[in-house]
Amino acid sequence: MKILLQSMKTPLITFLVLLGIGLFIDIGVNAYIQLILIYILINMILAMSLNLVNGYTGQFSLGHAGFMATGAYTSAYLSTLIPVPAGGLQIFSFLLFAVCGGTMAALAGLVVGLPSLRLKGDYLAIVTLGFGEIIRVVLLNTSAVGGARGMYGISGPTDWTLGEWTVSKFVTGYSHAIFWVLVCFFTLWRLIRSSHGRAFLSVREDEVAAESMGVNTTQTKVRAFVLSSFFAGVAGSIFAHYANYLNPSSFSFMRSVDAVIMVVLGGMGSLTGSIVAAMFITIVPEALRPLQEILGVDIRMVIYSLSLVLLMILRPKGLFGTTEITDIIQWLKRKMSPGASR
Amino acid sequence: MNLLDVQSITMQFGGLKAVDQLSFQIGQGELIGLIGPNGAGKTTVFNMLTGVYQPTQGDVLFDGKSLIGLKPFQISALGMTRTFQNIRLFKELSVLDNVMVAGSRDISYGFFSSVLKTAKYLREEKELREKSLNLLSIFGLDKHATDEAGSLPYGQQRRLEIIRALATNPKLICLDEPAAGMNHNETHRLMETIAKIRQDFKLTVLLIEHDMKLVMGICERIVVLDHGCKIEEGPPVQIQSSAKVIEAYLGTDEDLQGGH
Ligand SMILES: Nc1ncnc2c1ncn2[C@@H]1O[C@H](COP(=O)(O)OP(=O)(O)OP(=O)(O)O)[C@@H](O)[C@H]1O
Ligand SMILES: [Mg+2]
Repeated sequence: MKILLQSMKTPLITFLVLLGIGLFIDIGVNAYIQLILIYILINMILAMSLNLVNGYTGQFSLGHAGFMATGAYTSAYLSTLIPVPAGGLQIFSFLLFAVCGGTMAALAGLVVGLPSLRLKGDYLAIVTLGFGEIIRVVLLNTSAVGGARGMYGISGPTDWTLGEWTVSKFVTGYSHAIFWVLVCFFTLWRLIRSSHGRAFLSVREDEVAAESMGVNTTQTKVRAFVLSSFFAGVAGSIFAHYANYLNPSSFSFMRSVDAVIMVVLGGMGSLTGSIVAAMFITIVPEALRPLQEILGVDIRMVIYSLSLVLLMILRPKGLFGTTEITDIIQWLKRKMSPGASR
Repeated sequence: MNLLDVQSITMQFGGLKAVDQLSFQIGQGELIGLIGPNGAGKTTVFNMLTGVYQPTQGDVLFDGKSLIGLKPFQISALGMTRTFQNIRLFKELSVLDNVMVAGSRDISYGFFSSVLKTAKYLREEKELREKSLNLLSIFGLDKHATDEAGSLPYGQQRRLEIIRALATNPKLICLDEPAAGMNHNETHRLMETIAKIRQDFKLTVLLIEHDMKLVMGICERIVVLDHGCKIEEGPPVQIQSSAKVIEAYLGTDEDLQGGH
């Protein structure tokens, strides 16, 4: 029990600190920037979870948007069946929806992953690409979830009072998103540093050698893929309830590509990289918006693409390669310590 | 009972019979050499034994159990392990992690244990780490535990592959040309190490080498392959004086003339 509490210390402190920052953001910035912030958090979950498959396990999935859509629509549909209570209790229903959305996405991951991951080679890329499109087309033609018109009025976080305090819609949504970002981060971080995680890495490094050293490579790949799909589904759920609106076109092939770009840009095999890249990829197109107004033409995508090309030329292994923030801190500590200067 | 009983295995690649109805046995604790000229089919035999390839025909019994249809990781779990002729380390992982991957069968904690860092996780990780470091120190590689495996010099990479194989707790270890690319001194030391680990770990060893002289010193029995067929089997003295073996290695007079 004591060990368990100790292992939860860092995640808990991080959560509280980020929550505190959220309270400032709540009063400090406008709703538009708050929305961008939530999108950054959603993209962080997408990037980190895809990194598990494409970065750590060395497979290539191109259908992350499909799993995100599965989670988003499952969660949104569920909220039409189970009404969200007012007040603080709403947090629990959003947690429940996220778990259900994630589980549904994980099941989809199992169905897609089992046949394609048993084969060697890049079948996964093709199959996941197909899966993403199939999901989108199915959603387009399912009237129960709005079809091409989309799904409106999805219940989302609302303001509620805690004694004297008013907890805003943003703080509720933000804390929910932060919670999942941290669950995703710490789950992956710790898993990678366990026997299960070393199995992922060994598959990436050399599948034949891994199998000969006792690693059940098919099972390992499927596990990574299912877990990755789960978190993509969770990200979808957060998206659905914060935007209050879903449309199949939000989950096009380009969203899957965006997720891959975040992983590659940040570094295949660096969670720190995925987090930074998620910020970058979300902020840059928004930050370039004013430029469009001045020039009158939309050159955002040109600049965005050019900066990506440039970054990949300068840092072919991504911003971080496989290094993590902890490696950088350790390196800095060694540099700063008085003994090192001599 | 024999530890390994290879019964008339054949491997057909399209029109090529890489291995043709090969049979041999290995008793508990033996050190057997498998030799033959380039392309004789030695590595293919290893690939069939360890499940990388499924034999087209024949059966392999290990500890009395048929290995046909089993996957490499299942065969590894039964206690047969190997090294690779062209080194196949997990290059971007640390030396220690290479060994710890192979020790994963010692681990019983689950997914949630590792995420919650339970007492079981901490204990088993510590034990595996100590065991792996211990293995590394036997081969003098413990100083390099945190180095990237791919950054080690060639000879040490070869040794790391043997250590990694040992970490799977094998009964039988198959070494595919472990001395390839080594100079005379390194080779000599490697052979001593093989003899030593065989004693310390109570191992049975199957050793591929195409340099004949090298295996003569340490093997009790040698199986000679040529063009996929077993052409001779026996103790080193017998192999050394066998006309068939000499012919396979040097070619017949006709071959020599044809070559010029
Ligand atoms: N996967 C494969 N597909 C087709 N042919 C193969 C395959 N693997 C091996 N061979 C062929 O089978 C024959 C035996 O190859 P093998 O690698 O077993 O020889 P070897 O005795 O290990 O040789 P060396 O001493 O050069 O390592 C060769 O002719 C080789 O080209
Ligand atoms: Mg060979």
